[in-house]
Amino acid sequence: MTSRATLPMAIVLAALSLLSLAVGNAGFILGGVSALESGPAGLLLISRVPRLVAVVVAGGGMCVAGMITQTIARNRFVSPSTVGTVAWCKLGILTGTLAFARAPIMPRMALAFAFSLAGTFFFMRTLSRAPVRNIVTVPLIGMILGAVVESANTYLATRYDLVQNMESWLQGSFALVVRGRYELLYIGVPAAGVMYLYADKFTIAGMGGDFARGLGLNHGQIMAIGLSLTALMTSIVTITVGGLPFVDLAIPNLAAVFRGDNLRSNLLDTALLGADFVLFCDLVSRLVMRPYEVPVGVTASLLGGSVFLWLLVRRNRLAGA
Amino acid sequence: MIEIRNIAKSYGGKEVLRNISLTLPENRISAFIGSNGAGKSTLLSIISRLLPQSGGEVRIDGKPVGDWDSRELAKRLAVLRQSNFMDIRLTVGELVAFGRFPYSQGRLNEEDGRMVEKALSYLDITDIRDRFLDELSGGQRQMAFIAMVIAQDTRYVLLDEPLNNLDIRHSVHMMKVLRKLVDEMGKTVILVIHDINFVSCYADHIVALRDGELVGAGGRGDIITPRVLENIYGLDIDIREIDGNRICVYYA
Repeated sequence: MTSRATLPMAIVLAALSLLSLAVGNAGFILGGVSALESGPAGLLLISRVPRLVAVVVAGGGMCVAGMITQTIARNRFVSPSTVGTVAWCKLGILTGTLAFARAPIMPRMALAFAFSLAGTFFFMRTLSRAPVRNIVTVPLIGMILGAVVESANTYLATRYDLVQNMESWLQGSFALVVRGRYELLYIGVPAAGVMYLYADKFTIAGMGGDFARGLGLNHGQIMAIGLSLTALMTSIVTITVGGLPFVDLAIPNLAAVFRGDNLRSNLLDTALLGADFVLFCDLVSRLVMRPYEVPVGVTASLLGGSVFLWLLVRRNRLAGA
Repeated sequence: MIEIRNIAKSYGGKEVLRNISLTLPENRISAFIGSNGAGKSTLLSIISRLLPQSGGEVRIDGKPVGDWDSRELAKRLAVLRQSNFMDIRLTVGELVAFGRFPYSQGRLNEEDGRMVEKALSYLDITDIRDRFLDELSGGQRQMAFIAMVIAQDTRYVLLDEPLNNLDIRHSVHMMKVLRKLVDEMGKTVILVIHDINFVSCYADHIVALRDGELVGAGGRGDIITPRVLENIYGLDIDIREIDGNRICVYYA
């Protein structure tokens, strides 16, 4: 479960966390924390700590979800953001906002989850009917479906004057995370726990239906559980902080390079690497043009995309050698 | 005991198996032979519950395959389909440990550990246990998958073309391992195999199929004959006796 990389990654996480707590417009010294709600402690409790927790859970959670999606779909180029789960989730959020804007977050969350789930299953169903199924067509089909849904999102948002609202919500940003607006993310922690319990079954399912049945597993059931858990994680993260492009694609690939595809041994490292990465992206976002912030979605795309490109080039070079 | 009664299978109106009935003997190597498309792999898949049949029944130790609890059956019967080309990055040791899944559900105990060690040493791959599958040669990878099946420790072992992609040295090693499984561990091995001379030298029981029908079943004396082979393959095959083995000569 742990590896040589686990401890260093945990130390990096701790260091970045301290940094994350200390960075901001109202600077304060950690030692000077007082009990006053209006003072530095208030800032810490209301804004900085929630933000840190949100970053760690969202980063770790999305990467774990990406790793499981890639394993059970048997394709390293898929992830919740490339198979359209995120797009469907946004459609769910938008529908919720239109239908009952005043509703509390839970019913809207449930709607977003239902849309993500339906969208993910729709993708798998489409896939099983596709005449050609190879490493390129699988994510391509996902991206096409996702793009269609995204255009529906844009249409709805334009039609009902929600463009600004949607952009600010779903750009992928931790800037709006304050106490009272991020607690939904805590559901991600038990969800990740359940994913870990199923790790072996997901790995076996990733070796194909015949292989899984030969070992006495109900392949369809395991696939359904895996897709539901990843859809749940995706909707929790998307509804709270928005999309984090490339993170759920690039980081699991990076983790698989040094930890292999056995979920039981790679999930913890994947989660840590994901949390480290997103925390780093968030810090860059906050520092690069302070006192303003760049949305973390932008930083994550740039850095995550670069990591992914580097992995592709590296793979080609290895294959060519 | 595996009993096959009136098995039929059709895909979209096309019959690929017709009225197959036979009993596979315990503690023997049985081989399914026939030309491409004869229905060998389909029959193997039906016996191992990977495919549903269109008609008839397969009984394993007296109980219809469909009535078995999936996990219990996985302790009784192991199956490996052809083309394990999957590019999943697992180490050999991790793969073999998955063979214990029906018993341990992932939490390996001492007994499971012992079975994994035994399977690795049986196939002589203990030294590559920490290597990733995608770094191995086709032959080594095939050995790793067979080791997983051995770790599953089932009475019946069903293999679809286990010699695929193997060079002659690995092929001979594989057949010797299967022979040992039967002779030393008391297993029943059922194979789909193309190389007729390996069948002749290693199989105890041969099942011949042609166009989805059973042509004959029996020992090598019954099946490895010019008449039966001509019937299956449509080829004039010369059979020579060399050191007590019947060797088919069909290369020229």
